[in-house]
Amino acid sequence: MPPLLRVDDLRAYYFGFRGTRVVKAIDGVSFSLEAGETFGLVGESGCGKTSTCHAIVRLLPPSARIVSGRIELEGEDLLGKSQTEMRQIRGRRIATILQDPMASLDPLFSIYDQVAEPAYYHRAFRGRRLRQRVKELLSAVRIPSPERRMKDLPHQMSGGMRQRIVGAIALAGGPQVIIADEPTTNLDVTIQLQYLNLLKDLQRASGVALIFVTHNLGIVAKMCDKVGVMYAGKIVEMQSVRGLFYNPRHPYTRALLDSIPKLGTKDPLYVIPGQPPDLSRLPAGCSFQPRCQSAMERCRVEEPSEQHLDDAATTRCWLPLHEATTRG
Amino acid sequence: MRKYVLLRGFYSLVTLWLLVTIIFAMVRLTGDPVAMKGEIGADATYLERIKHDWGLDQPVYWQYTGFIGNLLKGDFGHSFEKSLPVRDIYFERLPNSLKLGFAAFVISLALGVPFGMLSALKVNTWWDNAGKMIALLGLSMPGFFVGLVLIIIFGVQLGWLPVLGKGSSAFVWSNPATWAPFWFRDWPHLAMPAFALGWYFSGAMLRITRSGMLDVLGSDYIKLVRLKGVPERMVVAKHALKNSLIPVLTFAGLNLLIMVNVAVVIEVIFNWPGVGQLLYDGLSNRDFPMVQGVVLMSGLMIVMLNFVIDVLYGYVDPRIRLSR
Repeated sequence: MPPLLRVDDLRAYYFGFRGTRVVKAIDGVSFSLEAGETFGLVGESGCGKTSTCHAIVRLLPPSARIVSGRIELEGEDLLGKSQTEMRQIRGRRIATILQDPMASLDPLFSIYDQVAEPAYYHRAFRGRRLRQRVKELLSAVRIPSPERRMKDLPHQMSGGMRQRIVGAIALAGGPQVIIADEPTTNLDVTIQLQYLNLLKDLQRASGVALIFVTHNLGIVAKMCDKVGVMYAGKIVEMQSVRGLFYNPRHPYTRALLDSIPKLGTKDPLYVIPGQPPDLSRLPAGCSFQPRCQSAMERCRVEEPSEQHLDDAATTRCWLPLHEATTRG
Repeated sequence: MRKYVLLRGFYSLVTLWLLVTIIFAMVRLTGDPVAMKGEIGADATYLERIKHDWGLDQPVYWQYTGFIGNLLKGDFGHSFEKSLPVRDIYFERLPNSLKLGFAAFVISLALGVPFGMLSALKVNTWWDNAGKMIALLGLSMPGFFVGLVLIIIFGVQLGWLPVLGKGSSAFVWSNPATWAPFWFRDWPHLAMPAFALGWYFSGAMLRITRSGMLDVLGSDYIKLVRLKGVPERMVVAKHALKNSLIPVLTFAGLNLLIMVNVAVVIEVIFNWPGVGQLLYDGLSNRDFPMVQGVVLMSGLMIVMLNFVIDVLYGYVDPRIRLSR
């Protein structure tokens, strides 16, 4: 049986200035997702996380194009579908939660209107059944007195409430996958935990698979089963959450873990030297090589291929191979 | 909220007072109206009497206080030229200007809004460039030029449309039977001036609609509507249109008032007996009360509309209201 969602060697580039500047936002991303699983996608700003999310539902901006690769939902090829066919998938099978709850609801339509839309278009709910459905969804995301609040407009609600409404919208079409693109980045820290718990509960109740995009490793540890670490448009390391924290394989992952502030120490915080690369002018060899502490001669010349390691972890780094050969 | 409304109202009154004062001073710079009246070598005592009748023999500050005092009583003074109350003349002409203004308004919306939306939806394509071209033509071809071209083509060469005047239907305030038919008759007379006037504003409407629509289409909430799998035509017709029309309508309301009140050039070219023509005649005859009256009325309408818009914004957006 094919996995629920499989992304294989996906490449999507942005073309600027009539094609003279090519930004490789997604440069060979592969991962797969099983039903009910949570896959975390972590990385710095601008490493291609959000582009990956939009590429999966084929809603990249007009300047971007998917150049090659495959996206399969239950074995169905999504890249071969027309935009009309994709519409049947968006909201119905793959739903999305955006980053900024203050901006992601239409200010002129009631909460009811906006939560009802996916159920109306994808599940053909009408009339009283639709009302009932919206009420259930709002209760599911713990909006108090949903009957009354669903007549309200977005500006009458707080940020945390709005993000829960966006969650209700995501659930409304009864999706198999929810892509949550940094859903808690713009929430207060106290509300963040509440929202994450809510997402976990909803996932347990509905069995939906989650793609969880974040730059916060603490959230990854809490939410995810499997993690992909993205750097410059590539997933440089992928393994289970446990493995990632206890046995990071890629120097970038190690550097990320080292730059988490720790309580109770006076040591200066570790900072990864240098800047993330310009995606239109990537360095030769490995993209992380200019900032890498353990870069070797080979790293400057040859781009690392994907290394499959013993415990189902993969990494794009020459180091594990190098260690194996020097040891043996 | 009450404090906010009162404050906006006070600002409106200050604006009006400034307008009244400026127009009072400016119109007096145009020259001596009595000189227009008397032929060369006219009897000096006769001129003195006119001057006295019009109140121009009094010192300027006295004229000014009298003018303001009368305004507060709702009296705009008497026209020098027609010896009738300015208010009566103005309201007699107003329906004609309203008819022309509304028709031009509809034309500017009908041209500007759909093409503006199309431009935004097909941004950076052939459609968009055509839209930009139309906007540029609208803004750079003055109404009188378009008017004259129309007259030459449809009035003179083809002879399809009447060139001058508003036709025989009239709006008489004292006779309600004339009220309704006035709007529905003599459309051939209306066609060319309305188009020439509306044309000029359609370019601006197009640009405003386009930029409003582009803003909205790039917003997160439209992205989320698309991510919900709502059909594209509903994304545009329901969510994007409604959101992008708010700034358009604000702007359109002001445009309508401008079209009604100061369509001077178009009304003169087509000999359309509206308030713009009154202003033109008033200026050419140095008819001070007439000019003051027309400018004040249009100013009053614009200030009132702005006041209403400010108050509505205050209701809609608490940030505006609470910043005071």
